[in-house]
Amino acid sequence: MRTLSRSKLVGINGALLLCLLVTAVAATLTGPAPLSLKESWSALATEHPYHQVLLRVRLPRVLLAIIVGAGLATSGLVLQALLRNPLACAHILGVSGGASLGGIAGLMFFPALFATRLKLGAAEISPVPLAAFAGALLSMVLIQRFALVHGRLHPYHLLLSGVIFNTFVSALIMFLNSVLDFYQAQSLLFWLMGSLSTTSYFSVALTWLYVLLGFVWKYRHGVSLNLLSLGEESALQLGVEVNRVRRHLFIACSLVVGAIVAVSGMIGFVGLMVPHVLRLLLGNDHRLLLPASFLAGGIFLGWADTLARVVLAPVELPVGVVTAFFGAPFFFFLLYHEGRKRVLYEPGR
Amino acid sequence: MSPVVEIRDVAFAYGRRAALSGISLAIQPGERVAVLGPNGSGKSTLIKILSRTLEPAAGEVRVLGRPLPSFARCELSRKVAVVPQETQASFPYTAAEIVLMGRASYLPAFGLDGARDREIARDSMRLTGTLELADRYLHELSSGEKQRVILARALAQEAEILLLDEPTSFLDIRHQIEIHELLVRLNRQKGLTIVAALHDFNLASLYFPRLVLLESGRISSQGAPAEVLTAERIRAVYGARVRVLGELGERPQVLPLPKGPEQAD
Repeated sequence: MRTLSRSKLVGINGALLLCLLVTAVAATLTGPAPLSLKESWSALATEHPYHQVLLRVRLPRVLLAIIVGAGLATSGLVLQALLRNPLACAHILGVSGGASLGGIAGLMFFPALFATRLKLGAAEISPVPLAAFAGALLSMVLIQRFALVHGRLHPYHLLLSGVIFNTFVSALIMFLNSVLDFYQAQSLLFWLMGSLSTTSYFSVALTWLYVLLGFVWKYRHGVSLNLLSLGEESALQLGVEVNRVRRHLFIACSLVVGAIVAVSGMIGFVGLMVPHVLRLLLGNDHRLLLPASFLAGGIFLGWADTLARVVLAPVELPVGVVTAFFGAPFFFFLLYHEGRKRVLYEPGR
Repeated sequence: MSPVVEIRDVAFAYGRRAALSGISLAIQPGERVAVLGPNGSGKSTLIKILSRTLEPAAGEVRVLGRPLPSFARCELSRKVAVVPQETQASFPYTAAEIVLMGRASYLPAFGLDGARDREIARDSMRLTGTLELADRYLHELSSGEKQRVILARALAQEAEILLLDEPTSFLDIRHQIEIHELLVRLNRQKGLTIVAALHDFNLASLYFPRLVLLESGRISSQGAPAEVLTAERIRAVYGARVRVLGELGERPQVLPLPKGPEQAD
């Protein structure tokens, strides 16, 4: 009987954690101006010319890339299981779009409010993540309302309403883009393309906090996610308070997606691909997949963003280009390779 | 003895279409009850009401003396296990993983299955003859094998009441017999109360001491097989011509009477 054991859980996630640490160090040291280990060690001393680059620019950016990847991957994983559909992710369902719209609407209609910063000592808390969180949550509630059949959430209706909602939100954002003046439209591009450039450790730390909070919340429901893969009725019969669990998970995903979109805009592909790669490699026990997708998402986006910075330096590629460019072929390879041996997904009912 | 399941005046409707109305039923501990009735007569709905998969629009269901809504879901799934008509996993799980899902309500938060959970899962797979399927994927099994895996999952719940929704409809005759004999054995040895929605009169008659016949959401008749399974009643409820062999015996068997030319008598 090959089922999830403690040693498998710890072994795989331990290995991934190690990879993540290596990624963090290597990505920080890699850049248009590469540093050797020895140089970077000396760069930690204040007088070194690279000191500022390393600590003020690269390290926070790498930390941000890691947590954004982790949050997107776990949210995608959870949404796939909740919707019983391999196509689900925050992006496709319009939740990221809703979060962007929330942030943009806040900046446009309450410029005064959004210009203020809640001072917390030297740190500043921006209201943008909150507006994005509200946008994400509202999107989640809306697409869910449209997908109820006899009081049960129908997975295909949900996917359909999500896809249509996403189109609608994208149209709204494009519309805003056309009516805005040039400078505002420029900053709107940031939301649409996604970028991980940051300068504030504080906003990076806040993003870590939001995503970790969401992660613990999701992990609590790991077993329920397995049961929900069998359908709502089976899950009920096996002891899952389906409505409550689903509400919790939708809120957790909204929190994570809102926090991520607020700091990095819309970065696609991570939430869709990383969970699938892990499902193909590790099976479908969500107690294993949740921490694994957190770590693997961090590793994947950590490297993707490093490549985005380096490949055409000094020009920076949008990170979404890199995630799709490397992610898609790898995924195709896995799908082909594993798909020859067994059916990978069954249409949910 | 107080009934283990008690239904009083239960009604349910899908939208405006009434599925059950005025159902009252008491089931004693250790009983085996088969629910019969034409397609759409409310058999599956009744099973779902008993497992609180659907909430009744009116009336009350009590399980083990307590109103059904007073149970937390995880508590209820340790008392009542269900074998649904069909199970589909949207992501591939192995048979062993599926059976272990029956232990979910026993796990602590953030918990993994322990040695005891594995042992119980293995025992119930042994009972249903599915141990050799443990590492195969559910959706790659035949429908009969699949159904036995789901039965193993239900047994792993260690419940006192087992509800089955047409558990043997897709099975060949050998597996039908095996499953029903296993159910009888579990009923006798462990005192498991069994309620099964069935299509097959003959299996119901052979393996269930008490039958409940539904007709458009109401109880048309109930009692021992010989009382329920008469040619007239089956014609009235199903609109089908049948002959009942051994009509007044203990386990009458129902034979369809085709309308064709070979219908000699």
